[in-house]
Amino acid sequence: MAYHRFDAVIVGAGGAGLMAAIQMAGQANIAVVSKLYPPRSHTGAAQGGISAALGNTEEDHWEWHMFDTVKGGDYLVDQDAAEVLAREAVDAVLELEHMGLPFNRTPEGKIDQRRFGGHTRNFGEAPVRRACFAADRTGHMIIQTLYQQGIKHKVNFFDEHHLLDVLFTEDGQACGVVTIDIATGEIHVLHAKAIMIATGGYGRAWSVTSNAHAGTGDGVAIPWRKGIVPLMDMEFYQFHPTGLYKLGVLLSEAARGEGGILRNSTGEAFCERYAPTLKDLAPRDMVSRFIYEEVREGRGIDGKDYVHLDLTHLPPEVIDAKLPDVTDFARTYLRVEPKTEPVPIQPTAHYAMGGLPTDVDGRVIKDRDANPIPGFYSAGESACVSVHGANRLGTNSLVDLVVFGRRAGKHMLNYVREADLQPLPANPEDVARAAVSDLLSRDKGENAADIRSELQVMMMEKVGVVRTETGLKEALAEIGDLKSRYANVAIQDKGKRFNTDLLEAHELGCLLDCAEATAFGALMRTESRGGHYRSDFEARDDVNWLAHTLAYYSPNGIEIDKKPVTITKFEPKERKY
Amino acid sequence: MEVTFRIKRFNPEIDTKAAYKEYVVDVEPTDRVLDALFRIKWYQDGSLTFRRSCAHGICGSDAMRINGRNRLACKELMLDYGNKITIEPLLGYQVVKDLVIDMTRFFDAYKSVSPFLIADEAPVNRERLQSPADRDRFEDTTKCILCAACTTACPITWTTDQFVGPAAIVNAHRFIFDSRDQGAGIRLKVLNERSGVWRCRTVFNCTEACPRDIEITKAIEEVKRALLFDKVS
Ligand SMILES: Cc1cc2nc3c(=O)[nH]c(=O)nc-3n(C[C@H](O)[C@H](O)[C@H](O)COP(=O)(O)OP(=O)(O)OC[C@H]3O[C@@H](n4cnc5c(N)ncnc54)[C@H](O)[C@@H]3O)c2cc1C
Ligand code: FES
Repeated sequence: MAYHRFDAVIVGAGGAGLMAAIQMAGQANIAVVSKLYPPRSHTGAAQGGISAALGNTEEDHWEWHMFDTVKGGDYLVDQDAAEVLAREAVDAVLELEHMGLPFNRTPEGKIDQRRFGGHTRNFGEAPVRRACFAADRTGHMIIQTLYQQGIKHKVNFFDEHHLLDVLFTEDGQACGVVTIDIATGEIHVLHAKAIMIATGGYGRAWSVTSNAHAGTGDGVAIPWRKGIVPLMDMEFYQFHPTGLYKLGVLLSEAARGEGGILRNSTGEAFCERYAPTLKDLAPRDMVSRFIYEEVREGRGIDGKDYVHLDLTHLPPEVIDAKLPDVTDFARTYLRVEPKTEPVPIQPTAHYAMGGLPTDVDGRVIKDRDANPIPGFYSAGESACVSVHGANRLGTNSLVDLVVFGRRAGKHMLNYVREADLQPLPANPEDVARAAVSDLLSRDKGENAADIRSELQVMMMEKVGVVRTETGLKEALAEIGDLKSRYANVAIQDKGKRFNTDLLEAHELGCLLDCAEATAFGALMRTESRGGHYRSDFEARDDVNWLAHTLAYYSPNGIEIDKKPVTITKFEPKERKY
Repeated sequence: MEVTFRIKRFNPEIDTKAAYKEYVVDVEPTDRVLDALFRIKWYQDGSLTFRRSCAHGICGSDAMRINGRNRLACKELMLDYGNKITIEPLLGYQVVKDLVIDMTRFFDAYKSVSPFLIADEAPVNRERLQSPADRDRFEDTTKCILCAACTTACPITWTTDQFVGPAAIVNAHRFIFDSRDQGAGIRLKVLNERSGVWRCRTVFNCTEACPRDIEITKAIEEVKRALLFDKVS
């Protein structure tokens, strides 16, 4: 075992983790741990843009951005946090530009902006150009730029280290992490005053997803199992309307922002019927349901479960300049030419609104009264601030990473200056070692791949765009069965070196926990709101459910508590577009 | 369709030398090569080891030699390969295990060209201005995903560890030709050394290998010209 001591350890080198690291580099002794090389993080897959009310191409105000965020999130958004997001977005985007991010430019040389779903002017009047972008590879440019800054600031990277455990003192302070060095199989204990989780989402719990294979919710599941850290609003999982048929590979909303239209089997632009004002640019949860409805009523293409994204009316030069990558995905994977043919698409599991509950400084909180867990931080998709409420607007995740990653980094920096290093628990690596040796112990047993694919197919069917009590109860029973089978998993590779057989099995354990928390929250929440749609409770129920759920893990089953939503400027209203 | 995969395997923990193993897999024509590798790993041989993450050509994890050409396994479809396919690790770097190579030298070369914006104080409360034409000047080289397909396709990389390689030059180009950057001198000095651009023999392997269609040889030529004429345009 190798032992290291730091002021702070950041787990995850996506946008959120790197942004925090850059705030601290050179001023505190920090380490950034990532199971992937940092630029391979899934932030690099983000396409469409990052919103900020710069007003570069038309009038815009942060209050409008805040309102859209709150309304888009179906009023489950904590409005103090949404205000921070919308106000600081402007500064955050300028900071990215100052770091060198190559945004597309207006003729005057300013950052160019485009339309995106749910972003409007003057509190819902019409779409507004708010998304700053670098072609359709905004996330790629963000991850590259932040990694470059990490190199510039000499950040201490633990590349290809996989998190196995988060350590807490007996009185519940975070004090370290245990990792496995993937290349050698050696166990490392990183002892620190503060720990930040920035491990991203868990889209791999579904069979059709836009998420990377690495998106398995490790950093969310591992501390949750300790029983002291709750997960918030896990039932809210976003399905993005436009994933490539069967593959789930994302075609950014930017395609519709630039004028793309969804059509059913009759060729009708059906979004207009459901959302007369914003049409194809209504929020994602809604558009995904529109597609579900069309398919259910037999208007899917060829009677199947997909519809068309039509870009054929766009000028070819717009496609080449503004949507080069997404159109290339259609060519590469479906062999469809978007300039002349419609692209088959279906909703794809995309984004976790829920996660580790935090305050606006990235501190993970442990209860309905928002008491923080000392030394424990999270930001990005693994966290739930909550700025996305029941449904995240496009481009608001990248803002979230930058704004709250930065705030968490700043807060941690002050925290580690004051705080003392806490002693590690006795034998800190025991839990991690036991998990690894258990997975390695059996020569015969269940195949992890079977369990994973059964989970994914089941989640798609029963914990997808539309949910019911019966379906969710079945889902929980099936997850229970899969978990028992998982306890008996056998892997073939018994070596120490780069054992991805072992690590994939470990990731599957995390996926099962995330899936269970999601299905359980979905069963409890007897209403429909944002990304959570119950066909047996179709209405939003503000009397009983204008509240966050906090799910606590216990050996006897999950326990749910409710946490009030912070409402400051905008009273809940019916959501119409 | 049934496809025979011939895969070069090597685990230094137990093997003394690399050897090819064959696997017969049932795949859909529209499956990615990566999907087929997963099928082998999940249902035939769990010890088969490769890197992967995004599965759609954006993270740069799974560059490997597919029928002798450097490709991302997630960007290739089985229908383009017929029923026999050979998979090997990238050439030129040490093999950690099977298709996983040691990336240390690659990232060291990247870091040696100061791959970050070097510029004066930024203006307060607004962005630095840059015309769309100036932005276009370096658009192509911003697309790099650091997959190493180009650098490990280069015959110079195979014969010496004294060459920064195409990927590092591409990333230097991205800043040298960015109108906001003032670090061209620092980078050009590094690239003018013995290990720099002059080692390039314009073989074009890098350009052929790039999964992002970056015109790498052109970028390298532009850097050479900047050195020769002491001018960045
Ligand atoms: C295809 C796609 C397009 C998108 N487009 C947009 C967009 O245009 N605009 C927008 O706002 N949002 C977009 N999003 C959403 C947004 O990109 C993500 O929510 C966001 O990038 C997540 O960033 P993150 O920093 O939280 O995590 P990630 O970038 O996912 O990084 C997670 C990090 O954690 C590390 N990690 C995970 N588990 C472990 C472990 N066990 N041990 C060690 N390290 C670990 C990983 O290596 C990685 O470094 C898109 C998402 C997808 C999938
Ligand atoms: S898996 Fe990301 S590039 Fe292939």
